[in-house]
Amino acid sequence: MDTADGFEAHRRWEQTLNEGRWAMVPWPRKYGGRGANLIEWLIFEEEYFRAGAPGRVNQNGIFLLGPTLMDFGTEEQKARYLPPMASSREVWAQGWSEPNAGSDMAAIRASARKQGGSYIINGQKTWCSRAAFADWLFGIFRTDPDSQRHRGLTFILVPLNAKGITVRPIAQLDGETGFAEVFFDDVEVPLANRLGEENQGWKVAMATAGFERGLMLRSPARFQATAKRLLELYKRHAAEVDDSVRNAVLKAWMDAEAYCLNTYKTASQLIAGGSIGAESSLNKIFWSELDVHMHETALSILDARAEILPTAPEAGDVDGWLGGFLFSMAGPIYAGTNEIQRNVIAERLLGLPRA
Amino acid sequence: MRSFLSKQCDAVYVRKSWETESGRSQQLWAGLAELGALGLQVPETRGGLGMNEVDMVLLLEECGRAALPEPFAETAAVAAPLLASLNDCAEAQSILSAIAQGSAIVTPSHEINPFVSDAHIADFVLLSRGDEIHLLKRDQIEAELQESSDPCRKLFKLRWTPAVGSRVAAGQQGRSLSDDMLNRAALAVAAQQLGVATRLTDMAVAYACEREQFGKAIGSFQAVKHQLANVAVRVEFARPVVARAAFCVATEAAERSVAVSHAKIAACEAATAAAKTALQVHGAIGYTWEVDLQIWMKRAWALDKTWGASRVHQARIAAALLGGEAAPSFGFSV
Ligand SMILES: Cc1cc2nc3c(=O)[nH]c(=O)nc-3n(C[C@H](O)[C@H](O)[C@H](O)COP(=O)(O)OP(=O)(O)OC[C@H]3O[C@@H](n4cnc5c(N)ncnc54)[C@H](O)[C@@H]3O)c2cc1C
Repeated sequence: MDTADGFEAHRRWEQTLNEGRWAMVPWPRKYGGRGANLIEWLIFEEEYFRAGAPGRVNQNGIFLLGPTLMDFGTEEQKARYLPPMASSREVWAQGWSEPNAGSDMAAIRASARKQGGSYIINGQKTWCSRAAFADWLFGIFRTDPDSQRHRGLTFILVPLNAKGITVRPIAQLDGETGFAEVFFDDVEVPLANRLGEENQGWKVAMATAGFERGLMLRSPARFQATAKRLLELYKRHAAEVDDSVRNAVLKAWMDAEAYCLNTYKTASQLIAGGSIGAESSLNKIFWSELDVHMHETALSILDARAEILPTAPEAGDVDGWLGGFLFSMAGPIYAGTNEIQRNVIAERLLGLPRA
Repeated sequence: MRSFLSKQCDAVYVRKSWETESGRSQQLWAGLAELGALGLQVPETRGGLGMNEVDMVLLLEECGRAALPEPFAETAAVAAPLLASLNDCAEAQSILSAIAQGSAIVTPSHEINPFVSDAHIADFVLLSRGDEIHLLKRDQIEAELQESSDPCRKLFKLRWTPAVGSRVAAGQQGRSLSDDMLNRAALAVAAQQLGVATRLTDMAVAYACEREQFGKAIGSFQAVKHQLANVAVRVEFARPVVARAAFCVATEAAERSVAVSHAKIAACEAATAAAKTALQVHGAIGYTWEVDLQIWMKRAWALDKTWGASRVHQARIAAALLGGEAAPSFGFSV
């Protein structure tokens, strides 16, 4: 997914999915979906992962921006952006982080100045997943130059081919171009590209973050599929490893089940009209730690072969465990670091005093 | 149940129970009967409510939250449904009505535990040995007290002589009732541990908001916050596992043993993590006899090892997952 060719192959796969209305089943039919409810979406995900189908190249679009557009977009915006998102004719990148605004996202400096019917954007975003090959970026920019922190920010949709944009790819731990820096130099976008109210971007962004940490980004089937592969790996090597490894495998299976059960609980609550708030932080910690645990366990089973790339002649069944391990190590960082999630849980769910 | 227990079974009551000879209150037991809680799983034809495990775990969680000393789980959640399944046993059926009315206490005894709880006040012991199930009256047993670190828990070494008349099931039926006893009791422990974990977390949070050091509440220190957040994660992800196990037992699902073992492990981990963290957050005051924290910490530690320590339940899960058959799984079936 993180090479130009691979990216295009994924885009074609998404088009195929979309032709069968399988790209985003919970969306209304008019946007390319099937009007499925969340439980049905979870079932779709189970089938998707059972089949071992490809990763979703447009996940920033379909899982994060899509639901945000449903909540905050105008009818015109939904009609304009959702169908090409479903087909991945337009692939999206997320532009929140900046060199000096990581965990402290409210320190955002990239600005959008109003001029006539346009915003003029200047500044820099970074760590934007898949921005090297994406078509659009959604981000938050400071529209009120005198504002502080999370006030005065606006959520804006920016075409990455606009004049004044420079995308500089960044290689990730595995050497592939997984993310990019994006520089904005007097980039002009119409006011109509704003999502939600002006200076209310923080609120819109928090809704997106909720989808990211909460339900959408990491569906349980993903982890259940990994747990199942881990179980198979263990069975093949059971004679070579001790009981502590067996217990780690059992823990992986149990936690993947627990994550699934909790997701069904959340989905039922949402269907019954509830909402997810700070609880999504509990979720984010759980899935990211589970993913690390499963991959660490796999590597301990592979033992000295754990460092061998799948391309090596003696690779045997190392499969994608090493690559998965590397990516799992990013889990506690992206979508808000786990330390930040613990702050949120402590302050908003448990009611401990702010620092 | 919560409001009943918060009045009838507060920390003052719990501490008072340590001083009395039986450690139990007839008045409280009568109150549980009146509430319908004791007969929750007793069939309606026997004067109960005829409800199931999915309902029962909610009450059990409250028992854990209140650190109830009474053998509610033993009688109402374990013995009652087992007795109800002994259709041909007239005695078992008549005991059921007495359970619902609050006039019979029944405690289960299983080989997985060396000791039996509440044998001193039990009217009957429902005992599983090998593939036989015996229903013993009080005068058919001798019980020797084994003091527990949790002063609420009354544990006994049991001595009894098998009598022809005491056997109520054998063979295949006996084996399946024995499994059933273990599953129900382990599930009951798991549900109580959720309540114990929640109570410990609440106490730690309340203390962290009130205790000041370095001029501010200790709960504003990140090291304190993050420990408590970790506990909250464990409790959150244990609760649906317990609910699923309850559903599996209620529907006699094929994978119920695995679901129960998972619940037992997850809830005990949440409760023991909560105990450790709550003590650390309290500092020295938490290490005293004086402070009520000990009531729930000791319950967490005691329940963790009863009805099968984690090792036992891991082995049950391993047997199912690695035994060649397809791994049971929620939703994502293999
Ligand atoms: C694989 C990957 C993909 C990403 N994709 C995107 C993307 O598409 N779009 C995007 O905008 N961003 C993306 N990010 C960036 C991600 O959101 C940030 O990395 C994250 O918010 C943390 O910011 P930072 O890296 O600047 O770390 P910092 O904020 O500098 O944090 C460094 C360390 O300090 C800790 N720390 C910081 N503040 C606190 C505090 N208050 N309390 C306790 N500990 C603290 C952090 O937890 C962390 O351990 C991605 C990151 C990764 C790794």
